Amino acid sequence: MTKPNWAARAVKGTVDWIDYRLPVFTFVNHHLVEYPTPRNLNYWWNFGSLAGIVLVIMIATGIFLAMNYTPHVDFAFASVERIMRDVNYGWLMRYVHMNGGSMFFLLVYIHLFRGLYYGSYKAPREILWIIGVFLIFAMMGTAFVGYVLPWGQMSFWAATVITSMFSAIPLVGESIVNWLWGGFAVGNPTLNRFFSLHYLLPFVIFGLVFIHLWALHTHKSSNPLGVEVKDEQDTIPFHPYYTIKDTFGFGVMMVFYMAVVFFAPDMFGETINYVKANPMQTPPHIVPEWYFLPFYAILRAISFDVWFIPAKLIGVVLMGGAVGILIFMPWLDRSPVRSARFRPIYKQFFWIFLLDCLILGYVGAKPPEGALIAIGQAATFYYFFHFIVIVPLVSVLEKPRSLPASISAAVTKAPAKGAS
Amino acid sequence: MRKFILATFAISLLGAFSLLGMGSALASGDTPKPPSHKWSFSGPFGSFERPALKRGFQVYSEVCSSCHGLSLVAYRNLADIGFSKAEIAEISAEAEVEDGPDDEGEMYFRPARASDRFVSPFENDNAARSANGGSLPPDLSLIVKARNGGSDYIFALLTGYREEAPEGFEMNEDMYYNEYFPGHQIAMLPPLDDEAVEYEDGTKPTLTQHAEDVTVFLAWAASPELEARKRLGIKVLVFLLVLTGMLFALKRQIWAKLH
Repeated sequence: MTKPNWAARAVKGTVDWIDYRLPVFTFVNHHLVEYPTPRNLNYWWNFGSLAGIVLVIMIATGIFLAMNYTPHVDFAFASVERIMRDVNYGWLMRYVHMNGGSMFFLLVYIHLFRGLYYGSYKAPREILWIIGVFLIFAMMGTAFVGYVLPWGQMSFWAATVITSMFSAIPLVGESIVNWLWGGFAVGNPTLNRFFSLHYLLPFVIFGLVFIHLWALHTHKSSNPLGVEVKDEQDTIPFHPYYTIKDTFGFGVMMVFYMAVVFFAPDMFGETINYVKANPMQTPPHIVPEWYFLPFYAILRAISFDVWFIPAKLIGVVLMGGAVGILIFMPWLDRSPVRSARFRPIYKQFFWIFLLDCLILGYVGAKPPEGALIAIGQAATFYYFFHFIVIVPLVSVLEKPRSLPASISAAVTKAPAKGAS
Repeated sequence: MRKFILATFAISLLGAFSLLGMGSALASGDTPKPPSHKWSFSGPFGSFERPALKRGFQVYSEVCSSCHGLSLVAYRNLADIGFSKAEIAEISAEAEVEDGPDDEGEMYFRPARASDRFVSPFENDNAARSANGGSLPPDLSLIVKARNGGSDYIFALLTGYREEAPEGFEMNEDMYYNEYFPGHQIAMLPPLDDEAVEYEDGTKPTLTQHAEDVTVFLAWAASPELEARKRLGIKVLVFLLVLTGMLFALKRQIWAKLH
């Protein structure tokens, strides 16, 4: 010890005094230091914490942007440009925030597909998974209202198209849309409430993340083998092993994120959103941000009425259902084996499903013409077919490969203590 | 780790393809893609050429500004492209802005100051339309960011006028044929020509030179932060790469105990 004894004792005394009254140090020790984590987590397990960090970045930059933003139809566009031009490092704040939205979705989508591949949704983690689906809904709402704030052409028309979807609801649809708008068209009241919601929803997300982590820390992380932790040999303390692994992953993510922010800040954006909103002029192609494209394709896929149900209503229901169906994943998948590593058939369908989502994204980006209409419809059909038919059927019919006895047995390639 | 890298690579490749798909979707129609031009400000180390910026400003103020506003840029911003305080005061004083009310409650006009934004040529959009045969000359502050193809598109548009529409192409009255304008019919008459502007720095005044210079100026007007952004970006990325490299080494060292 280089520190004099009395100083060490003073520090320890203070820590103990606080911890006895408010056990923050015990809490940190329990959840971030000693926290037992499966020793075999691969890099796909980095994305949850990365998404959490981006959430913090979004809230931090957002607070500063809100200090300089004016939620009024006449001034919103100019106030954003004022941030870009006159506010000190305003351009940095805005580009970090704007691209942070894309980063957040990218990370969360990878996180979600990680869960689908490794069966992270299975017992006893169903509620953890469902909170995750709620998080995606909350993120989508936040991103949508946020995109409206700069009040460019695409902001305005995306707001018009998306809010108009609610008019598909029978009987009360029109009234609901007027209620959402606060008027008879997207206008100043709409912009004002969207700003308010855009400030509120991130804290809802924050709350959901807390519950997500609470559920996570109850049964701890799953792992690439999908075999539950059996004894101490299967786990390592979170610190230093995963603190350093997550920090390294954070560095890699930041390289990518900052490369976009500084060198291609408008890569994910629509050029036309640098034109101020004009309610009298509809842009030739209305496209949402890239992270909504697959859902946009599903919305547009239904171009025909079914019996007495109008096409628009079916499109809206399917679009919501495309995310909502994830909630049922723990029960659609009957397989006792978690990880796709040991599920040769499911593994292949997983990749086909991912491809299907990318096809939907591609179709969503293009104007609905020619073969793309049929492709969009087929891809939409397959999207739901995957969940409703393939997943349950494969889970029952497939013969999984044999599982290792334990995590440590598989990792150290030596017989585990209990297995000999 | 290797598997992870491979998978990430495969996914980003797929993602890139779908992004490319989006790009071509937006450039659809019969309008050709503007040819890519070598700009001094593209690339991670890019910056604006000061003389080109100044010449571009001259083209804007002598030609474009009679119809197009630049309402998001302030006169004081001209300091960034190399104008002195005195020069800026002189430039701004040529325009008039409404101010007031004065002590008697009257609005009055005064010469613009460095702190004012560029005064638009028309009072409002309706006035602009009525003076331009029903067409609205867009404000140019963000034009480079607001069009697909950016500066390449602006340059292609300015040099893309053709005397005659191709055989069989129906032209509307008072419209001009342009190779790169969506739909090919543009209401703006060819704004630039050889010797449209007599450059103060003695550069040879050709159409291409004018178009190039004014595009550089407009690119600056749309992204005045570009140079600061790229300079800081290099520092940030070098820092992050070194940090991440060290974190990777540390990660290997810590995990070595386990393997």
